[in-house]
Amino acid sequence: MSQDQIVNKDDLVVRFAGDSGDGMQLSGTLFSDASALTGNDIATFPDYPAEIRAPHNTIAGVSGYQVHVGSHIYSSGDKCDILVAMNPAAFKSQLKWAKKGATVIVDADTFTPDALEKAGYNENPFTEEFERAYTIVHAPITSFTAKIGESQGVDKKTTEKCRNMFALGMIFFLTNKTLEKTFAYLERKFAKKPDVVKLNKAVLSEGYEYAEKLELIHSKIVSIANADKMEHGRYRNITGNVATAWGLLAASERSGRRLFLGSYPITPATDVMVELAKHKSLGARVFQAEDEIAGICSAIGASFAGALACTSTSGPGLSLKSEALGLAVMTELPLVVVDVQRGGPSTGLPTKTEQSDLNQALYGRNGEAPLIVVAASSSANCFYWAYTAAKLALEHMTPVILLTDGYLGNGSQLFRIPKVADLPAITPRLAKPNDPNFRPFRRDPETFAREWALPGMEGLRHRVGGLEKCPDGPLSTDPENHALMTKNRQEKVDRVANYIPDQEVTGNPDADLLVVGWGGTSGALTLAVEEMNNEGKKVAYTHFNYICPLPKNTGDILRKYKKIVVCELNNGQFAGYLRTQYPECPMTQYNKVMGLPFEVGELKDEFNKLLGE
Amino acid sequence: MSERHFVPKSDVEYTKADFTSDQMVKWCPGCGDHAILSSLLNTFPKTHTKKENIVMVSGIGCSSRIPYYVDTYGFHSIHGRACAIATGVKLANPALSVWVNMGDGDSMAIGGNHLIHAIRRNQDLNITIFNNEIYGLTKGQYSPTTKFGQVTKTSPYGTIDYPFNPGELVMGAQGTFFARTLDCVPALTTDVMERAAQHDGASVVEVLQNCMIFNDKTHAAITDRAVRDDRTIVLEHGKPMIFGKEKNKGLRFNGRQLEAVVIGENGVTIDDIMIHDETIEDTGIHMMLAHMGGDLPVALGVIRNVKKTSYTQLYEDQMDEQMTNGKYKCVDDLLNSGDTWEV
Repeated sequence: MSQDQIVNKDDLVVRFAGDSGDGMQLSGTLFSDASALTGNDIATFPDYPAEIRAPHNTIAGVSGYQVHVGSHIYSSGDKCDILVAMNPAAFKSQLKWAKKGATVIVDADTFTPDALEKAGYNENPFTEEFERAYTIVHAPITSFTAKIGESQGVDKKTTEKCRNMFALGMIFFLTNKTLEKTFAYLERKFAKKPDVVKLNKAVLSEGYEYAEKLELIHSKIVSIANADKMEHGRYRNITGNVATAWGLLAASERSGRRLFLGSYPITPATDVMVELAKHKSLGARVFQAEDEIAGICSAIGASFAGALACTSTSGPGLSLKSEALGLAVMTELPLVVVDVQRGGPSTGLPTKTEQSDLNQALYGRNGEAPLIVVAASSSANCFYWAYTAAKLALEHMTPVILLTDGYLGNGSQLFRIPKVADLPAITPRLAKPNDPNFRPFRRDPETFAREWALPGMEGLRHRVGGLEKCPDGPLSTDPENHALMTKNRQEKVDRVANYIPDQEVTGNPDADLLVVGWGGTSGALTLAVEEMNNEGKKVAYTHFNYICPLPKNTGDILRKYKKIVVCELNNGQFAGYLRTQYPECPMTQYNKVMGLPFEVGELKDEFNKLLGE
Repeated sequence: MSERHFVPKSDVEYTKADFTSDQMVKWCPGCGDHAILSSLLNTFPKTHTKKENIVMVSGIGCSSRIPYYVDTYGFHSIHGRACAIATGVKLANPALSVWVNMGDGDSMAIGGNHLIHAIRRNQDLNITIFNNEIYGLTKGQYSPTTKFGQVTKTSPYGTIDYPFNPGELVMGAQGTFFARTLDCVPALTTDVMERAAQHDGASVVEVLQNCMIFNDKTHAAITDRAVRDDRTIVLEHGKPMIFGKEKNKGLRFNGRQLEAVVIGENGVTIDDIMIHDETIEDTGIHMMLAHMGGDLPVALGVIRNVKKTSYTQLYEDQMDEQMTNGKYKCVDDLLNSGDTWEV
């Protein structure tokens, strides 16, 4: 095959699928890293089961990792151009994610009668019809890998773990990438195991050469790396959960407040804690608590003592934290609660994404308990929303819930690296020691935030707690006082609207149809709206990150459009919330509750239908 | 590992009045809590801790109102969570002296998980459990320490719950300090609280407290003046375990269990009486002592006081090590670490 047989594409989607232990997440990560380093924009979507190692060769155990690369990428892509299936179960369950005509690479050695039966096949899946519809490559991945292992004298078990490198090598050839960066990665990762490095490199190269010699493959599919479209600067790859952790670290440094994270492991939020636990050198004080309740309670204690206090969790964990969240509202202490949403209710779909914790975030407490809710909308901007959540908490003396989701948290994207000094300043509302006028609930006339007096500060001794207090501090059950304090706590959150930017409309602002989204769906929504406007349709789009309070111009925007469709991965929680605030604006909904992100195709179908009505 | 102290000492000589708040104390007249509060207020000056560095954390219940009555920083939190909140306070600022006050329901029912884990970690907290064996603030339901068979509002036919013994919980969770005292013996209470404050790590003081409204005289069988000396024993480190009005009774280990003996009877001499050693690492004998009751006197005083590096010190040592030798000096270092490239 010669170099001129290259098909250039604006973007390219590759999906790796195999057994949970087959190293698909690693193959996907290495491919996305190599793509990013050659100037591509990227977005990734790990799609893995809750079971760590489900029975071998079963559909329950299939783990997938989709990578979308190209010149300007918003989402992890609907369907893939290249599918790698390491066994029949992966092939059977993942083929639906392949475009018609896609290149499908299977490990031919694994298609044994036994494995086919385990995957639920009664007959040969590679029918004539199938072979016509796809470019199928039956690669002997297991046997080739085994031969290399044998020649190097490596045991069978270790060798089997390298099969993913063979597949990755093939993909590297197919997408016209070099192996150097990945070699360097392997050398770093297995620095203490030179024989493992040697084996992995050999298998990777063998996969590459195998693809090169393959006559079946007539062309390489190459995404156009168009760095010109990207803002200049230094870039890196980052997952949403790591970006969240780093945003909190940056906020700690910028505010001068120690970072404290009290958390309990829960999928898919655990990586926020795992990441912060590494960074004691940056002053991150991480506490793995005995349960979710202790996670948030330790954070509330840390906040009382003066830290930028955070807790990270997912849906069921947020339920457990509800009572303590009310305590943070009542004591008016700064607190950041990160909820990496997953499919619910109850244990639900721990490894799948959803946006169904919105109502819980807005309303899930006893009493009148307002707080700030914000949502990140891309893996990379989790950094900025974590930073913003911390800034709002510290400056307005209130708990803030940051909603991300499994898709953002586990997915990765390019991240343009900021300088911490360029981030907006954070000014905590610290009281002055020995201030004779200090009162625990005296409020700033503009923000209505109280002052933060820290244990250890002289002359400011006071008590806080869950019981209603009067502005001067002592307990009060006086009816008028309770009414006043309730009103003031609400007013404090409402006034945050004075400190946040206006909501923006993109797409075609003069359209009849307004698409409304919030949180983690912005990639697919942006692309769907962009494609429709490019096709000559008129669609406007507004995406919310500030959820409570909403930006002040929200009503002005909503009242402007004849048709509004609120799109979200739940049964209509944001739509319901908007309706209570703007009952004059009729809205339709587009909802998906499948544990999966939106696809651009299905969104466009819906919008086209609405335009036609 | 060198022992470190994180709470700075104060040069000021405080008195009890310095720690008394201006709030009206609203417990029932005659409640044992008044005496415990007084003992606590007498303890603070003895710890020579700067007033501003003391934090009182409580949960929910009658006893948990205590932060309002002490003129320090205070946090009256939610039911059962005092240990968790206090842990966060101490981790955020190890220079604070953190005191946790809870009742028996607060600490061992709804908050049982937080209590055992705070003890297991040996987090540097001074925990006081006010044990009146009843839910007082909700008016008389049985608690995890209510005596088996007792009739209460929610056990009209007698409880069928076996009670916890707080001391045994502490030992079971590998606790390093446990003391027991009586609300009606304030001098002993102050004494053990002072010892608890000196202890690096989690210290637990159980105060047998009387709720005269809903569980009056629950401890009377051991606290009444007429019987107290014979039904309790105040343990002192390095001294023989002697008790009784005539100071002629003692505890002996018979090879199987502890037994009460009378010196001078059946050939028993002072040399047969066990010497209290609060520092034995193995919990066996301390567990037996904490368990005593019935035919044996209830143990008071410091039962266990073992040296074990506190969570606070382990945490701060790791922090210091990483802050000094860690990879990143600022967040910009971290953001630019690993694979990055210029566009």
